[in-house]
Amino acid sequence: MTKISREEVLHIAKLARLDLSEQEVETYSEQLSDILGYVKQLQKVDTNGVQPLTHVYDQVNHLRSDTNRKSLNVKSAVQNAPDTDGTYFKVPQVIKD
Amino acid sequence: MQYEVVIGLEIHAQLKTESKVFCGCKTIYGNSPNSQTCPICLGMPGTLPVLNEKVIEFAAKAGLALECKIRLNSRTARKNYFYPDLSKGYQISQYDEPMCEFGKIEIFSGEDRAKVLGITRIHIEEDSGKSVHGFGDKTAVDFNRCGTGLIEIVSEPDMRSPEEARAYLVKLKQILEYLEVSDCNMEEGSLRVDANISLRPFGQKELGTKTEMKNMNSFRAVEKALYSEIERQGKVLDNGGEIQQVTMLWNENLNQARVMRTKEDAHDYRYFPEPDLLPIEITEGYLADIKSQLPELPDAKMRRFSADYKLGKEAISTLVLDKNWSAWFEEVVQAGSDPVEASKWVTVEVLRVIKERLISIDEFPISPLKLSQLIKEIEKDSISKQAGKKVFDHMLDDHSDVSLIIEKLGLKQVSDTRNLEVIIRDIKEKYSTEVSRFQNGESKLLGFFMGQVMKESQGKANPKIIAPLIQKIIGD
Repeated sequence: MTKISREEVLHIAKLARLDLSEQEVETYSEQLSDILGYVKQLQKVDTNGVQPLTHVYDQVNHLRSDTNRKSLNVKSAVQNAPDTDGTYFKVPQVIKD
Repeated sequence: MQYEVVIGLEIHAQLKTESKVFCGCKTIYGNSPNSQTCPICLGMPGTLPVLNEKVIEFAAKAGLALECKIRLNSRTARKNYFYPDLSKGYQISQYDEPMCEFGKIEIFSGEDRAKVLGITRIHIEEDSGKSVHGFGDKTAVDFNRCGTGLIEIVSEPDMRSPEEARAYLVKLKQILEYLEVSDCNMEEGSLRVDANISLRPFGQKELGTKTEMKNMNSFRAVEKALYSEIERQGKVLDNGGEIQQVTMLWNENLNQARVMRTKEDAHDYRYFPEPDLLPIEITEGYLADIKSQLPELPDAKMRRFSADYKLGKEAISTLVLDKNWSAWFEEVVQAGSDPVEASKWVTVEVLRVIKERLISIDEFPISPLKLSQLIKEIEKDSISKQAGKKVFDHMLDDHSDVSLIIEKLGLKQVSDTRNLEVIIRDIKEKYSTEVSRFQNGESKLLGFFMGQVMKESQGKANPKIIAPLIQKIIGD
């Protein structure tokens, strides 16, 4: 069975914005390989004529009407932000010019 | 070397719903930052989205108007990426089962040549928040826009010039405005355009490597950005180089684009079916109902204006550009004006004022009825065309009767016998007893008729002219 490479683990970690230690890279490389190995095993099952199942409930839609509900006040909205000026959420600069 | 230009556009249109796509927050542009947010659109853990039925309706409307095939069963999908303006870490969109596919749109560009362009798909999704720069080493995020319903309309790579791209945009915007599903305000970002551009030698079937251009905030910017990118790619190819697949940001002020990201750091979205929302199911009956609610669309209106009003192409395309303009024009016609005259007044004078004053037609100070009265005054030769323009300008700020304004400005034509003849004929019809008495020799009735004419002409008739006219028309 092919092992998920170090590069692949680092790529996935980057997409998930995770900073992994060397030990973690090794651990996840093994664990992800195991998971994919299991999926590979499942792929042997003949699924011809079987519709993909994306939801387990036999229900559709559940829509709401286009009406307004009360929003949070700004103070509550930003109160848990690590950094705020009381109005905006502040994050590290995303575009450098 | 000359290359064939290939352009495809992706349009994001913000839907004009009262509430966001998955929560009840308002969707108003320009409200104070983070004042229309809630745990759902802020992406708090443990919250669940509930789909706004209006979003389905608007997407179906757009799909039907663009002659798409509408899926009765579609699904939402989760598009994963990290960016501060989308705090959940993913955008709810649609992937392999969009609501609408295989549409088309007809455009005119160049020598009025009609061309049909393909619409690949229309899908629903949620908007992100807005990053605000210029806070020192920080970026500020406002989530008011986050979770506003969008439709993304993807065209086939069918456009062959920036002009065609512009014509497509104009037409698409027009249709969405007719449907009243979006405000389509490019400056406020309720209509956003991304363009895919590539070049290939004429005759080559395979598409060249494309680049994507973002951040064009007006029709003009789209055209300029496309021209600039076509020129850049042409130079690279001429020098034997290869086009890199990149995403570029257009800078309106500098008139140039810069690379935003390269293929290496292209997003890896890892789409999967959205587990928090049920599949969307609509019925044929529902679609038929939506279809019956569609307004008259621009193409149909253009045909009708040509057949019913015999207007020229240019006048029609101007009037039909905005459905409120064409409705306003039709009110002038319904008030009794000649359609061709009315179209001239509306497309030249009325639109000039609207553009100068930056107002909408609903705010235009002269009513369609009043304009039709002015047009009638000119038709009756009561005032000259030249004078008509003066009266028009005056009417913008003076809401008195048209005739009163003509009076005030002293523009009435003095020797206006035609007008008087009409008045006298009306009087002749109205007072048949008096007429026969007058015809039987009761000449003192001339005074009575003159009084009536003066009354009808609001005292402006010249007695020296009306006396012989009365003799001529009523006398025998």
